[in-house]
Amino acid sequence: MDQKEIIRIEGLTKRFSGKNGDVVALEGIDLSINQGEIFGIIGLSGAGKSTLVRCMNLLERPTEGRVFVDGQELSALTEKQLRQARRGIGMIFQQFNLLMQSTAIENICFPLLLSGVNRREAEKRALELLEIVGLSDRRNAYPAQLSGGQKQRIAIARALANEPKVLLCDEATSALDPTTTRSILLLLKEINERLGITIVVITHEMRVVEEICSRVAILDASHVAEMGKVEEIFRRPKTAAARRLLFPGREQRAEAPAFGAKNQRMLRIVFDGMTPFEPVIANMVLVCGAPVNILFANTRAIEGKTVGQMIVQLPEAEDAVSRIEAYLNAQNVHYEEVTDDVL
Amino acid sequence: MMFSKEMLNLFLEGTLETFYMVVMSTLLAYLIGLPLGVLLVVSGEDGIRPMPVLNRTLGVVINLLRSAPFLILLVALTPVTRAILGTSLGSTATIVPLVIGSAPFIARMVESSIKEVDGGVIEAAQSMGASPMQIVLRVMLPEAKPSLTVGAAIAVTTILGYSAMAGFVGGGGLGTIAVNYGVHRYQTDVMLVTLALLVAIVQVFQEVGMHIAARIDKRRR
Ligand SMILES: Nc1ncnc2c1ncn2[C@@H]1O[C@H](COP(=O)(O)OP(=O)(O)O)[C@@H](O)[C@H]1O
Ligand SMILES: [Mg+2]
Repeated sequence: MDQKEIIRIEGLTKRFSGKNGDVVALEGIDLSINQGEIFGIIGLSGAGKSTLVRCMNLLERPTEGRVFVDGQELSALTEKQLRQARRGIGMIFQQFNLLMQSTAIENICFPLLLSGVNRREAEKRALELLEIVGLSDRRNAYPAQLSGGQKQRIAIARALANEPKVLLCDEATSALDPTTTRSILLLLKEINERLGITIVVITHEMRVVEEICSRVAILDASHVAEMGKVEEIFRRPKTAAARRLLFPGREQRAEAPAFGAKNQRMLRIVFDGMTPFEPVIANMVLVCGAPVNILFANTRAIEGKTVGQMIVQLPEAEDAVSRIEAYLNAQNVHYEEVTDDVL
Repeated sequence: MMFSKEMLNLFLEGTLETFYMVVMSTLLAYLIGLPLGVLLVVSGEDGIRPMPVLNRTLGVVINLLRSAPFLILLVALTPVTRAILGTSLGSTATIVPLVIGSAPFIARMVESSIKEVDGGVIEAAQSMGASPMQIVLRVMLPEAKPSLTVGAAIAVTTILGYSAMAGFVGGGGLGTIAVNYGVHRYQTDVMLVTLALLVAIVQVFQEVGMHIAARIDKRRR
């Protein structure tokens, strides 16, 4: 693709030196993020996600490696130049980090006043931003009077105030309930589409990536385990790290009696939103005349479509298996045979 | 108990003098203590502009000054006061030791108030390109305002206590009245009245301070 690159990370390593020796938070990270995309970085807790995103605006200084944003090598700038560059990079946080003693509108004016915009101008711009995030009526509320979702909306408005090219989101929805999470994700998507801002989304939740990201990097134990288009990684996770994120809670299911029996053939069926889930499995059983045992299902409806994965145990009879495969092929459903170490 | 008109005048004068000393000393002590407190946080290990040598030096000096009992500091500082003002007697002269005695303690209180400010908010400001000075003026101080106000109420009452002690060395105000009449002339009633006035003043400052702090704090509700 001939897309313009907006963030590039080269050979990034970050070590923290502590009392009990060094902690390697990131090692040998290479990453390239295109202008206008929503890029996900997913990983388990402690994988180094926050450190990585904080290296993108140099809140954390890399131990080794280089960070480029919008053609500028951040890691080579002076403090003053860096402060200027940061105005073009918005950031939102899990805990919102609003000024608690300032109203919503004052919070949004804050970055504008920092960059020397006069108060009247700043307030005018803040009102526009309040409109974008749908909170015009709460402009004089203090953060303590707002819900979590509203606080994050104010934080988003604040991050957009200086018209950044990039918006970094560190677990921006992790403190929110599922419904609020969705509304914030939709808002981010809308901002991405309307304003063309590149968004980097850090999360430990696969559904956040599924919902809004075009590409994703899987961060595992300080390294990028896998990177690519979301659908591709979702269909065909190559690494154990990716599978762990796709199939959370593996320990629990491994105890199920039917599970993990040797010599059992299993199929992973992927629902990518093109096919409804229930009829496919029900019809497959009916049409093929072969019962299957559902070992695992992780699916949900997104905008009326089913997205997710299911693992079924195949019947022993060879001909039943080929009937099932033929049926899935005919339905254009993606599947693959898996061995029991996938879970 | 009944007091003559002169006595009542004396009480009034003493009260006003005490107010004058305390208010002036508090203002001047904050002029020194507030920037020092900010500097302690900013230059600290996890501060926004770490300066280890300065931080440690400042810490040691403040601790030394704080560990000197005020009454001793008061006497030890007489030559300094005389050098500055020409006299070491009276309420204006007492302001000098009051300021020097309370500024280090105010610095520590300011330090702890500012340390309470959520690190995430400071980080957010940094992510927006705020300079250290902007962070101090636009984030740390405004966010710490309620806590700083509580600190100021405590500072005022502490300085009031110090000013009464200064009465023993001719410091003026209610302290001097208590010493002159209560200690030297055994007029217990006069001493009790000055004591009651001091307690009343402490209460007023404390109540007003706490009330303001609660009113300006937007974190609740
Ligand atoms: N300031 C720090 N000092 C020391 N260790 C740190 C610091 N920040 C992060 N780490 C360590 O780096 C690793 C990655 O942390 P982090 O980036 O916060 O992970 P994540 O956001 O994926 O949960 C962890 O082991 C963490 O303890
Ligand atoms: Mg994190």
